[in-house]
Amino acid sequence: MGGRRRSLNDPPRLLLVAAAAVPVVAVLGLVVVPAVNLVVTAVDGAALSGVLADSRTWEVVWFTFWQASLSTLLTVLVGVWPALVVARYSFRGRSVFVGALTAVFVLPTVVLAAGVGALLPGELGRGTSGIVVAHVVFNLAVVVRTVAAAPVPFGVEEAARTLGASRSQVALRVTLPLLAPALWAASAVVFLFSFTSFGVVRVLGDLSSSTIEVEVWRRAIRLGDLGGAAVLSVVQVVVLAVVLVWTSARQRSQRSRSAVPLVRLRRRSAVAPVVAVSVLAAAPLVALILGSFRTGDGFSLDGWRAFGSDEIRPGLRLGLDPLAALSASLMSAVVATVLAVVLGGLAVAVISVTGRSGSVLDAGLALPLGVSAVTVGLGLLITFDSGVFDWRASWWMVPLGHAVVAVPFVVRPALAAVRAVSGDLRSAAATLGASPVRAWWVTVGAALRRPLATGAGLAAAVSLGEFGATSLLSRSGSETLPVVIERMLARTGGSFRAQGHALAVVLAMVTILVVVLVDRWRDDPVRR
Amino acid sequence: MLVVDSVSVSLGGRSVLDAVSLEVSAGEVVAVFGPSGSGKSTLLRAVAGLVEVESGRVVIDGVDVTGVPTHRRRVGMVFQDEQLFPHRDVAGNVAFGLEMAGVERRERESRVEELLSAVGLDGFGDRDVSTLSGGEAKRVALARSLAPRPAVLLADEPLTGLDADLHDRLAVEVGAVLRESGTTTLWVTHDRAEAALVADRSVSLADLSGVSG
Repeated sequence: MGGRRRSLNDPPRLLLVAAAAVPVVAVLGLVVVPAVNLVVTAVDGAALSGVLADSRTWEVVWFTFWQASLSTLLTVLVGVWPALVVARYSFRGRSVFVGALTAVFVLPTVVLAAGVGALLPGELGRGTSGIVVAHVVFNLAVVVRTVAAAPVPFGVEEAARTLGASRSQVALRVTLPLLAPALWAASAVVFLFSFTSFGVVRVLGDLSSSTIEVEVWRRAIRLGDLGGAAVLSVVQVVVLAVVLVWTSARQRSQRSRSAVPLVRLRRRSAVAPVVAVSVLAAAPLVALILGSFRTGDGFSLDGWRAFGSDEIRPGLRLGLDPLAALSASLMSAVVATVLAVVLGGLAVAVISVTGRSGSVLDAGLALPLGVSAVTVGLGLLITFDSGVFDWRASWWMVPLGHAVVAVPFVVRPALAAVRAVSGDLRSAAATLGASPVRAWWVTVGAALRRPLATGAGLAAAVSLGEFGATSLLSRSGSETLPVVIERMLARTGGSFRAQGHALAVVLAMVTILVVVLVDRWRDDPVRR
Repeated sequence: MLVVDSVSVSLGGRSVLDAVSLEVSAGEVVAVFGPSGSGKSTLLRAVAGLVEVESGRVVIDGVDVTGVPTHRRRVGMVFQDEQLFPHRDVAGNVAFGLEMAGVERRERESRVEELLSAVGLDGFGDRDVSTLSGGEAKRVALARSLAPRPAVLLADEPLTGLDADLHDRLAVEVGAVLRESGTTTLWVTHDRAEAALVADRSVSLADLSGVSG
């Protein structure tokens, strides 16, 4: 017999093959083939030398790198103190604080960027400063959650004090080293997000402050230079790979430490960093809401009154239909969520049965998360543009792109839940007379339901705010809400700004509603 | 009645059981003791069909079950760490094996009550399993395994992790429950004293290797 010996308790092979077929075909068609096409397009001699010889390319790469580094540094500096407070103390509003940061994190990038643009006065809100502030606000949740997940226990610090260490020595020699892996992990994620930032840079950036991601879009869509765009996205993937390898070497000692019991916070003043960060996180949203009521010099309801209209002046139209965009967004969210959950759910089911050999599937589905949404969009764009697969004009290219971007958000939590189910639980079901399929269903299947529901909510939120892949895949006439918001904000004129802000407020509300509903369900004690 | 006939098992290329033979008569409680890592759990898993045997036979009530998947062997197993289903309450856990056997609802309910009462957990049916104490969880695990009336009950150090007082009390109680129900039981433990408390007969795993049964 070759390969792994089949055990008496394995489910029927035919069933496994049938379940595996869908995610395998999806990974091949939506990830592997587009990736290969991208590389093939990129190494085409003319495009490659043209892009690499263009000095603008290197200006963009340099800007992308340093703004991401600065964003990461500032996010960690601002986030680490409140993160430590949240990791160790219980206080009134603690879960509201973490929840609010998370809500900001799942906000559509276009919405957050619009908020920062409305918040910062004049030139400060545009270009590099606006971009970096938006990245910091956006990523605070990453730092706080990562540090809080691996709290440094008080015990070791107290032990250090009994061994003669001063307060500052404890901080430098005990707390910081124990915290370092979590900070590296958080930094890597923040750097990744800032490096591949697209929506924020499209809204707040200008020609001199453009990321690789934006440059890919500009070449592909504005200039029609798919070869050049492919070269740039491959350059980006290479840089990201180097960064990830470098940081993951530093996180190796990162282990999820067991939960440390929270200590009731005694001194009021210790909450100060939490309050400060809360204000920072809430300010863009407040500015956005105020901005939707501001036209020209005064406050008015014009932005909301014009909500569904696209008239510049009576008879002159912008060519954007906000209400159609809202329904296109909702439609995309529904289709993308169903696709992502079916695809991700089947993949996790197969991985849970096949073990190691299934992790190829895991890697394939996780890949889009690492390569950025614009790259996903570009890959799909050049793959489905010829012969039988000429699907570019199809309405479902946008939800398909959303599903590819969202599927890791379904797979990650589901896979973690499945891995937490001990093999012996399935054995217990088998000894009680459950057939292999039944035993799987009552153990792994039961553990999957909650994370899949959570994943569905996340997928919907991702789809509602998705801007990168959408920018490459959407056709004129079928724009989603983020696309329309970006266009409105790019127009000059106070009434369009107010209308764009009003649309952004609506998109923010819908997204937050979805996330809150998911969270509700997750914490429902009845289902525990 | 259980017959283990020259069973050998290798895991990851390492021989864990070498031609182990053992008989447990109908209604008998036999304890097998040995140090940790000696293959006690593997012996139970081989009987349950959770690991594959390299050679030898497992016979339950006269039927050779060596090639039969676990769920059709009519065994019950009490795991060291209970392995209660987290999404089912106490009654749901105990009823699980009865559901698999297709026992109808009313009979199921009365059997669940009967077993909870037998292990001293009257009225615990709708408790969430995550709220149980260590001793309570072990009682539930025992009740769950006994509910479908297994031909052989396999107990894998089920009393490990309890404080000394509770451990001894539970050992006596469980021994009584097993004898009262007349369940053929193979019990493994590293603790000789526990073996003596629970079982009719105790043997060392080391003495079972290589002697044909």
